[in-house]
Amino acid sequence: MFYREAGDFKTSYEADSQTFPIAFDRYRYWAVLAIAFLVIPFVINDYWVNAIFVPFLIYAIAAIGLNILTGYCGQVSLGTGGFMAVGAYACYKLMTGFPDVSIVIHIILAGGITAAVGAAFGLPSLRIKGFYLAVATLAAQFFLVWLFNKVSWFYNYSASGQINAPERFVAGVAVTGPNTAPWAQYMICLVFLTVCALLARNLTRGTIGRSWMAIRDMDIAAEIIGVNPLKAKLTAFAVSSFFIGISGALFFAVYLGAVEVGEAFGIQKSFLVLFMIIIGGLGSIFGSFAGAAFLVVLPVALKVIGVDWLDWPTDLVAHLQLVIVGALIMFFLIKEPHGLAQLWRVTKEKLRLWPFPY
Amino acid sequence: MKDTVVPYTTPDGRTIGDVLMDMRGITLRFGGVEAIKNISFDIREGEIRAIIGPNGAGKSSMLNVISGFYNPQDGEVWFRGAKRPPMKPFQVARQGIARTFQNIALFEGMTVLDNVMTGRLTHMKTGMFAQALWKGRAEREETENREVVERIIDFLEIQAIRKTPVGRLPYGLKKRVELARALAAEPKLLLLDEPMAGMNVEEKEDMSRFILDVNDEFGTTIALIEHDMGVVMDISDRVVVMDYGRKIGDGTPDEVRGNQEVIDAYLGVAHD
Amino acid sequence: MSADFLYGIEVIINGLMAGVLYALVALGFVLIFKASGIFNYAQGVMALFAALTLVGVMEGQVPFSHLINAVFGTEIHHFGWEVPALLAILLTLCIMIAFAWAVQYFVFRHLVGQEPIILFMATIGLAYFLEGVGDLMWGSDIKTLALGLPQGGSMAVEEWTAGLGGDDFYGFFIDKLDMVATVVALLLVAGLVGFAQYTKQGRAMRAVADDHQAALSVGISLNFIWVLVWSLAGLVALVAGVMWGAKSGVQFSLSLIALKALPVLMLGGFTSIPGAIVGGLIIGVGEKLFEYTIGAPFLGGATENWFAYMLALIFLVFRPQGLFGERIIERV
Repeated sequence: MFYREAGDFKTSYEADSQTFPIAFDRYRYWAVLAIAFLVIPFVINDYWVNAIFVPFLIYAIAAIGLNILTGYCGQVSLGTGGFMAVGAYACYKLMTGFPDVSIVIHIILAGGITAAVGAAFGLPSLRIKGFYLAVATLAAQFFLVWLFNKVSWFYNYSASGQINAPERFVAGVAVTGPNTAPWAQYMICLVFLTVCALLARNLTRGTIGRSWMAIRDMDIAAEIIGVNPLKAKLTAFAVSSFFIGISGALFFAVYLGAVEVGEAFGIQKSFLVLFMIIIGGLGSIFGSFAGAAFLVVLPVALKVIGVDWLDWPTDLVAHLQLVIVGALIMFFLIKEPHGLAQLWRVTKEKLRLWPFPY
Repeated sequence: MKDTVVPYTTPDGRTIGDVLMDMRGITLRFGGVEAIKNISFDIREGEIRAIIGPNGAGKSSMLNVISGFYNPQDGEVWFRGAKRPPMKPFQVARQGIARTFQNIALFEGMTVLDNVMTGRLTHMKTGMFAQALWKGRAEREETENREVVERIIDFLEIQAIRKTPVGRLPYGLKKRVELARALAAEPKLLLLDEPMAGMNVEEKEDMSRFILDVNDEFGTTIALIEHDMGVVMDISDRVVVMDYGRKIGDGTPDEVRGNQEVIDAYLGVAHD
Repeated sequence: MSADFLYGIEVIINGLMAGVLYALVALGFVLIFKASGIFNYAQGVMALFAALTLVGVMEGQVPFSHLINAVFGTEIHHFGWEVPALLAILLTLCIMIAFAWAVQYFVFRHLVGQEPIILFMATIGLAYFLEGVGDLMWGSDIKTLALGLPQGGSMAVEEWTAGLGGDDFYGFFIDKLDMVATVVALLLVAGLVGFAQYTKQGRAMRAVADDHQAALSVGISLNFIWVLVWSLAGLVALVAGVMWGAKSGVQFSLSLIALKALPVLMLGGFTSIPGAIVGGLIIGVGEKLFEYTIGAPFLGGATENWFAYMLALIFLVFRPQGLFGERIIERV
């Protein structure tokens, strides 16, 4: 009854093209932000931060990135893990090379470097389409992982081949390194996610977003209408990689602290993020959040139910998880290709008319 | 030598001006097949120019040459008094040529409004970083262009479906949205590829009215392909007739109607 | 002849053998892609699953024993019998056919007419699902496949060729298993081509590959054909799984090796059986030669991980339709 658009008249085109055109959505959005920034940091503990919140925030950034490329621009990429690795290693080299510069700047620069690498690997997208391109992005995945494994300059010649995040501070509070407080980890990821989501939203609602979607829906028609395909695809690759690079940098520096490239950024990571956007919803920023939340919470929930409650062996639960995730992917592609975001939209449409659906 | 063209006014008060587009000796081959054989014709500012001919005559190929999708092997394309070098389709679009497609080519995943806004693309110049920030330049540009688009939406009477995803619309409306998208570019030259294909009489009348109104109110030059002879003869100023990739007639509807070769092509006289 | 040159030749021969196995997996992709337009990412996992099933059946394992034990608190693992290899292969084949039917019935029947990229992503989901099921059924420990296939370097070839070089050359080292695999692969290809050319079902299959609508209109059951091609792909997967499994053990990495079939296809074109074979050979030889001449000495080795993909990527930029694929003409 409160969720409605009747009576909520728009008097300008600005008001009509805002992110949440329905008043109730706007209030809820501010409420969520307030809780995320003002309540959660004071109540969370180490377990929740490490098991749920920080991975969710970081994967949400990666999912937004991949969604821009795949959901909005229609170019399927299986190289997400490789691009996250670029972000992580760029961040590491910057952190150790310029210890006096703020970590925030390092993470943003790491995103920029990943954007450049992503655009380079996006060049073939002009000639290669569809799953040919998906397979071609596997080249990026395997090559980048190999590169960070073999060239010891990237891990500062450390004997273990790992990279370790040194301690860095933002406004006097440690955000990386072993002495980081859980709420500090949470906050830096939250700030990055919020900014990334806003930027992504702005890009996707304007001219650039429309040219991406035009390329996705019908590339030939798009070109005849005046979309420069080279520019549209390369910007999609660059912007997408920028977000993925940031998430890789956070994943390494804030979340794990120490990383071995094949383990942390292997092809499984690429699939994980792809699954997030399929389940969450292709071409939807909200879907990126939903998908990331779902696939972060699912293993934790399964582990709690299977291992802790039912006392099953861990590997059995891991296998069940594969079955469930695989089945869900097929289910969503069959029933709801637009994912959780679409289910949410449908619910909202019904709510809007409730309690008088006719 | 071409005769110099003199601007004149049609009986219903429209001004037909200088040559806008001049196709000179266009030849287009696919492998060994000649789809277009040495065709020349011009399109003058403000007129409605029809291209007709039986199936497989090369009409759509001709439109594709004009919009830059195919590059002809031979011949020259002159647009607004200058010879056009080989161009990519999006560069052609930026010169002010917009088109619709025979099989509707809308962006199915986007709303009607977004589709039409995409047509404004060539007029929007804000850079990526300004767009990421949104407030300020990007928002201002979006609003200005939205106003133009809303005028076109009003004009084509599709206000009610503005926010509907295009995939859900019926065929006739899709055709109209596609026209809106092409108009949003405010083109110098509008190409319509069978705008009335698959429509019933009523829809055809609507579409004819829109085409005439566009030409009349915005002064847009229009080149169109159409199979319905009645419609073509009613709305066009001049007609090019093609058959087997050759031009067999060119002139006002009345002149073309009396042309023996054209009658043969349509009634089917054996080719020797 | 100098020893370096001879070792180079040995590398090429071994590359050709590896290429045969790539081609074997790639064949499964081509079959499904031609008939249904589905780019089956799960082909590699199908090979793994087939090999797992074969081992499980042979050793008389109880399927899902881990799950059953966990749920009911029992301690069952084996039926207590062993199945002879030939019978086990037949049983596994039956399971692969049942799987083909299930895939068609539960998944792809509902996705007819979807865009290729959606189908592709669905097969990625299928791959995960099947991997999970395989692990649940037979456990995830590394298994050895004991079919009694010959193993190890062939002494005969080694002795026979030792005379080619000088004192520092000991003859070509060629794995017997690779030789067997080559022969089996050739037989399989011959069989498939024969099936497609000379049987009624084969003709129907080619008709469907050409045009779904037209095939429907002459009374071919699409569902049947699709189950058929998935079954054939299952057969190919079984053969590939046996060969790879015998070579390097039945384990998850098997499905990753099978990913190599993707660049093979990109080189050969998705619709061409000869393309799959030639592509497989090129990738097999190419990556071995690259590792031998450039990778190992200058780049720190392990270039086989990415060489195939890079080669395919660069190649595709210049020839998007692959070596033998049909030319793509864009229209409006």
